Amino acid sequence: MEGRMNYENDLVNLKATELRLGLPGSDEPTEKKMRNNKRSSSEISEESRTSGVTDQAAGVNDEHEESAPPAKAQVVGWPPIRSYRKNCLQAKKNEAEGSGMYVKVSVDGAPYLRKIDLKVYRSYPQLLKGLENMFKLTIGAYSEREGYNGSDYAPTYEDKDGDWMLVGDVPWEMFISSCKRLRIMKGSEARGLGSCL
Amino acid sequence: MESSKLKREKDSQISDELNELRMESSELKKARDSPISDESYRRSSFPDEVLERVISLLNSHRDRSSVSLVCKDWYNMERWSRTHVFIGNCYSVSPEIVAQRFPKIRSVTLKGKPRFSDFNLVPQNWGADVHAWLVVFAAKYPFLEELRLKRMTISDASLEFLASSFPNFKALSLLSCDGFSTNGLAAIATHCKNLTELDIHENDIDDKGGGWLSCFPESFTSLEVLNFANVTSDINFDALERLTGRCKSMRVLKVNRSISLEQLQRLLANAPHLTELGTGSFSQELTPHQYEDLESVFNNCKNIHTLSGLWEVKGLYLPALYPVSTHLTFLNLSYAVLQSDELAKLLVHCPQLRRLWVLDTVDDKGLEAVGSNCPLLEELRVFPADPFDEEIVHGVTEAGFVAVSYGCPRLHYVLYFCRQMTNAAVTTVVQNCPNFTHFRLCIMTPGQPDYLTNEPMDEAFGAVVKTCRKLRRLSVSGYLTDLTFEHIGRYAKNLETLSVAFAGSSDWGMQCVLAGCPKLRKLEIRDCPFGNAALLSGLEKYESMRSLWMSACNVTMNGCRLLAREMPRLNVEVMKEEGSDDDGRADKVYVYRSIAGRRRDAPSSVLTL
Repeated sequence: MEGRMNYENDLVNLKATELRLGLPGSDEPTEKKMRNNKRSSSEISEESRTSGVTDQAAGVNDEHEESAPPAKAQVVGWPPIRSYRKNCLQAKKNEAEGSGMYVKVSVDGAPYLRKIDLKVYRSYPQLLKGLENMFKLTIGAYSEREGYNGSDYAPTYEDKDGDWMLVGDVPWEMFISSCKRLRIMKGSEARGLGSCL
Repeated sequence: MESSKLKREKDSQISDELNELRMESSELKKARDSPISDESYRRSSFPDEVLERVISLLNSHRDRSSVSLVCKDWYNMERWSRTHVFIGNCYSVSPEIVAQRFPKIRSVTLKGKPRFSDFNLVPQNWGADVHAWLVVFAAKYPFLEELRLKRMTISDASLEFLASSFPNFKALSLLSCDGFSTNGLAAIATHCKNLTELDIHENDIDDKGGGWLSCFPESFTSLEVLNFANVTSDINFDALERLTGRCKSMRVLKVNRSISLEQLQRLLANAPHLTELGTGSFSQELTPHQYEDLESVFNNCKNIHTLSGLWEVKGLYLPALYPVSTHLTFLNLSYAVLQSDELAKLLVHCPQLRRLWVLDTVDDKGLEAVGSNCPLLEELRVFPADPFDEEIVHGVTEAGFVAVSYGCPRLHYVLYFCRQMTNAAVTTVVQNCPNFTHFRLCIMTPGQPDYLTNEPMDEAFGAVVKTCRKLRRLSVSGYLTDLTFEHIGRYAKNLETLSVAFAGSSDWGMQCVLAGCPKLRKLEIRDCPFGNAALLSGLEKYESMRSLWMSACNVTMNGCRLLAREMPRLNVEVMKEEGSDDDGRADKVYVYRSIAGRRRDAPSSVLTL
């Protein structure tokens, strides 16, 4: 019971601890990205004048700019990738994101979120191996009775209903179609989750 | 690769001979100037025919440049024997001056826009149109055979003009150019009866369809190099198959995305002598029989040493490449999304690799595999798969860089995009690989410090310039103070190209570089706190350089005007944005030496001061 309560508190605070790069109050980083793509020449001149780094929404959020720390907005021509390569990558992403199944992955204690394409994996062992490689940690083996007991980390996921589940509890196909995001919890916390079926 | 190495060796032999001749010649001059005996005069005289012969064997344009400075005789002998001219900045000289000096040119290399135009920092209509050059060449070099353009604008009309003005035309190479469409390519295919090379690479092309490839006449058999990876629309495969079938000397073939694996297999069956292959997308669902065919055709291609393309490659089909992998020296996977284990499996079969380009999807683990399997590696480029999406944070770190350095001591060229780096890691890398000639490190968040110590990255780049004495090209990044530039000025005595962004603390940094790097030719700076004092400290220096670029720094119009006034042989161009008021800031400045005076084709947004 204790574990579960802590876990729910954690859930509530999850968003607060989530490290994102953006202005406080701006909740949709993807929106920012779209605005970036619609860059017009007048915006470019605006950017160059203010030393090349501006908030894309400079016109709208001027008051925020004064008080908030500078946002990591997209800078013209940075990183220095050739237009040709940029266009190829963009085309690839448009294709891929159409057919991929990207979910965010957070790891307790790691500063960055990552995104993975679930479509790349065909089974739980493959997925776990992928996560282990990506985050350089050991997750160990799943057992129906004991979850991931015995390992430092346990992978959990949020399903379509908003519930947090232990990865491996449901058949792979069901997992794929319902998983919205992943969180790799420290083993001690997860043990509480695993015991509440 | 091998032939250029041989060329260089031959060149240096010739350079040695020339040095001897030069000493003889100056001795001869001394002898002429003072009373001497007949005997010593005869001993030192050197027939012109021999000298001409020796000079005509020179290929390096730098050697030729040195030769031409010795004396008037040598200048004339050199100019009459030069067949290839390299013009690094198309505005530094006019086509008339070139034609006047060099009457026998067969091959021209021309570079146009400043390099930062690759990153959209230069306005579209800036210039570097090749047409004026073609008009002069048509008149003065009717037997022109080769044209290689980089960052120039070339229209379809110019391509048509080219195709019809030079009956001996053999080789066209367009890299990072714009202004043309596939119609221009059709003109080349239709009219250039002696074409051996068509290399269309990373250009901004108006793609109107693949019909251009069918324009090569059935009687046309001379093509040796065909690279159309850049031109994405579907071409007529039959036409391509027939073309490769009848061009028996074809050695380089780089196809576009529209070619399937099965089609690729058919092309290769007809061209087993290929040395360089661009595979296109390398994607298709293959039956086991088709896969066997593919494997066996690769088995027959014993000469392929360079492989690229592989845009949609699935790890599943990579093993088909194993027969080819063993002789590969250059593998370009920079458009292939591969994971670390897929790369590792492939690299086991690539022990001869000298150059490797990858995407950072291979992660540090993939780079460990590089270190373990490719001991002969000389060049590594790691490109970011998602440079602009800040949510997707994967890629390589300092660990991968270090791992490669342990396994590849011959590494001398690196281009590394990453999101985190440490001073310690870079120091270790250059200790393991002290022979860097090109060190380009891009920490993708501007102004980011050492992520472990939070210190500036000054120590890292200090280590690079102190340890790598042969360094010719350097790109810096991360949080850097003037100390980095002090180090560069003090130690980077062979540095020719320096790229700086979001770095430095004051004018002093730039001043150190200008004062301390005797061989500096190209300096490009953006978003740094360098102002007029820094700009003007290089007054004397810029004439010995090809160009200087400064954008989003603290330079003012007055500073630029002063520079222009003091140095009449420099062109000082300021790019103004539309609608921006003349607030005194010179936002984008491009300075270059020129013997052609100010250019007459500058658009209204470019002011030449």
